[in-house]
Amino acid sequence: MSDSSLDNLPKGWKSVPSDLGSDQTAFKGVQWGKAMMWIFLLSDTFIFSCFLISYMKGRASTVVDWPNTSHVFSLDFMGVPVPLLLIAIMTFVLITSSGTMALAVKYGYEKNRKMCGHLILATAIGGLIFVGMQAFEWSKLIHEGVRPWSNPFGAGQFGSYFFMITGFHGTHVSIGVIFLFIFARKVYRGDFDTGRRGFFTTMKSDYVSIEILGLYWHFVDLVWVFIFAFFYLW
Amino acid sequence: MNENTEIDKNKDKPAQTHKIGIYLWIWGLLFVLSFFSYMVDWYQFQGMLRWSLILFFMFLKAGLIMAFFMHLFWERYTLVNVLLWPMTAIACFVGLMVAEAKYTFFSRLIYFVLGG
Repeated sequence: MSDSSLDNLPKGWKSVPSDLGSDQTAFKGVQWGKAMMWIFLLSDTFIFSCFLISYMKGRASTVVDWPNTSHVFSLDFMGVPVPLLLIAIMTFVLITSSGTMALAVKYGYEKNRKMCGHLILATAIGGLIFVGMQAFEWSKLIHEGVRPWSNPFGAGQFGSYFFMITGFHGTHVSIGVIFLFIFARKVYRGDFDTGRRGFFTTMKSDYVSIEILGLYWHFVDLVWVFIFAFFYLW
Repeated sequence: MNENTEIDKNKDKPAQTHKIGIYLWIWGLLFVLSFFSYMVDWYQFQGMLRWSLILFFMFLKAGLIMAFFMHLFWERYTLVNVLLWPMTAIACFVGLMVAEAKYTFFSRLIYFVLGG
């Protein structure tokens, strides 16, 4: 994380021209895989932004009333309808898994193999619970007659934006869960302590891989923050 | 620096990491902020109050996740700048589409509702 070879380089704003003009690595102290993950996440940000902006445009330009999400996503708890209950639980589950991931990165850098593995596994299980609840939410809405072209609650565009945005996010979570399980196995096996070569890349790696995986997972949580605010609360 | 020597050099020396307290604090804050943003819906705040509260909690949560969970607070400015400046393009796009949405909305009002 903190690299002592960087201590002699300029800090703060002065570091920007000197890092970029140094004719060497621009992202100093950042492993290449981590830089590539950040650039991928930047491109993913643009994709999600396009979806959310398209949703904003669709919602702002329809002359039909938008469905009241507070009612559409309410869930009966002991006979009382609680607004957005499932969505709130999903939000808390995802934040919990984000927290365990942050700790997994920390323990990975401290070479605490067991703790790191347990925490990655906990993160993966949190992700699975999230996807499970999303599947439940989808099937509930489909039963109630929500379709990409129409729904009984209001403007017809609602369904297509809902399925597209939450579906694309759910796909990201599912891919993350698969990678979390793969990396939990790698950590438990000690791949990052022994420098064992990866089955796909055939390259050696170390615990920086956990930080890269963590960046992806936190990004998925970050996107959910925006979806929760714009799609469910707005 | 070649990849293998870097791994060998760091093999037995744990890297300097941040204290666990900072992660637990951020984690707790994220829970509290999520609870507050849920409360915005629970108490059915409406209008400008609702939208500003939603945006406030959203940006605070996003900032905390990026700064501390994704370590941007500790990264060098070059990476931070490369990641954050493109967001201004998104902000411009939002502005353009707000104007476009208004135009579409009023066209629909005139032609669909009022009949042209």
